[in-house]
Amino acid sequence: MLEINFGPQHPSTHGVFRMTVQLEGEKICGLKPVFGYLHRNHEQIAENLPYAAIMPYTDRLDYVNALANNFGYALTVEKLAGLEVPERAEYIRVIMAELSRVVNHVTVIGFMLNDLGAFFTPLLYAFRERERILDLFEAVTGSRLMNNYFCFGGVKRDLTNADLAAIRKIVSRFPAFLEEFEALLTKNEILCMRCQNIGVLSGKAATNAGITGPVLRASGVNYDIRKVDGYGVYGRFDFKVPLGQKGDVYDRFYVRVLEIRESLKILDQALTQIPQGEIMNKRSPSILKIPRNFKPPVGEAYGRVESPKGELGFYVVSDGTPQPWRYHVRAPSLINLTVLEEMCLGQKIADAIIILGSIDIVLGETDR
Amino acid sequence: MTLFGWGVLKGMGVTLKNFLTSYFRKPDEGGIFTVQYPEEREKPVENYRNFPFLVYDGTPEKIRCVACGICERECPPKCIHIEMELDAAGKPARKPAVFDIDHGLCMNCGMCEEVCPFDSIFMDHAFEVTAPERQKNLVRHKKELSKSNEYFKKIRPALASAVDQKRKAAEEKKKAAVPPPPPQSAGGQAQTTAQGPQ
Repeated sequence: MLEINFGPQHPSTHGVFRMTVQLEGEKICGLKPVFGYLHRNHEQIAENLPYAAIMPYTDRLDYVNALANNFGYALTVEKLAGLEVPERAEYIRVIMAELSRVVNHVTVIGFMLNDLGAFFTPLLYAFRERERILDLFEAVTGSRLMNNYFCFGGVKRDLTNADLAAIRKIVSRFPAFLEEFEALLTKNEILCMRCQNIGVLSGKAATNAGITGPVLRASGVNYDIRKVDGYGVYGRFDFKVPLGQKGDVYDRFYVRVLEIRESLKILDQALTQIPQGEIMNKRSPSILKIPRNFKPPVGEAYGRVESPKGELGFYVVSDGTPQPWRYHVRAPSLINLTVLEEMCLGQKIADAIIILGSIDIVLGETDR
Repeated sequence: MTLFGWGVLKGMGVTLKNFLTSYFRKPDEGGIFTVQYPEEREKPVENYRNFPFLVYDGTPEKIRCVACGICERECPPKCIHIEMELDAAGKPARKPAVFDIDHGLCMNCGMCEEVCPFDSIFMDHAFEVTAPERQKNLVRHKKELSKSNEYFKKIRPALASAVDQKRKAAEEKKKAAVPPPPPQSAGGQAQTTAQGPQ
């Protein structure tokens, strides 16, 4: 038996992640994920900051789609402080969150194929489309990746008619790109042979381990927090939850492609329904210009959103001071990593890379 | 049952099509839209934010900042350091003597811009901020941070004109509320001389 260290400097581990793999020949008979190389003390920093100042730090959790993290944190503090969100702001939030889901899924599919050995052609096609959405994020929020766009009780800037037209253009063009992308990949024999029946995760094992997001849905379990909680205005949209059958790597890839299509459906509906009006609650600390004086009442709140990676939850305990007394992040990447060994046992060492790629981890969120 | 390998061939067709069309398609229709950076540059969009700067009206002495220290306190990574300027009598002059921003720490969140009640700190479009030494060159002082209102108008026209209008309206309101200016300045002088010896 041979024990090798995968990472933390290995390019296929998506950051600084280490796997200690026990091998018999090429077969994996044991795998231990080691993380913490990117630990940045996120929770402790947050406990020493005023509530509003934590928002830019949440961007740095899952840096591929910062808007989903903003959404989760804003939702939690609104729950804690009892802040209402105006109608228009709710729609803007849904539009931005779904765009960031599209960004995340094209990125993860691209990188997964990179891990497979389809070097950079699919990734660059995906990035070409991603770039358009990021340009829009830059025009609206001020930054491509670290958006810092949401605030308690609304969003920071309104979407102008020009922005809405730009989003409509992106949404109308995207299906053509997806058709092309699928022609390139979905029926590709090499991709099928490498992905089908690899890294199978049963629905029961996934629910036992607390897996959420596309990884869980690929195993055939119908659980989407947008449907279950209906937070924000998600209850008003008509969309399906795509499910996989086997729970292998191919299903995880394909569920994400289908999820992009559903996101586009939500975007279509949100763009037609978006009303005029306020974008921020009058009691919001950003309007009052006194972030440090924002003191939610004593209590605790747990808010969760369906981030593209799974259930992203924030647990905040307030003791009536400007800083949270306790702040915890339930990061989907970290929890989804716990089944890595189960999926990898009995597989070849080369498959461990794509299994890891198909879980879609971001180390900023895993290690915090 | 399709031919084995048909999917691969179809995929290769897609790549061939993309390769050929990239030469004559327009940039926003799937063509090449990258620019050769140092020679060609894209104009940053107005809302783009990168590193704060201080606005002055006319000359650098008429800086809008009054060194109240709100941005210093609210800055999440605590990258701002302000010291109030004191006049000859040792009273605060409502002007910063020292205003340092550590660009190595700043995370471009735009919090300072949001909280400033005097419209004096705004986010810049500067992205070429590399420097040979972190301690010496990346801590920007008041002199390098101060930029004119004209520069602000050039990089962010919509926001700058909105801010100018707001300031103008506030000034007129102030003028209307306090009509006689001469006695006020005399009173202010008398006060400083009276408090000087203490």
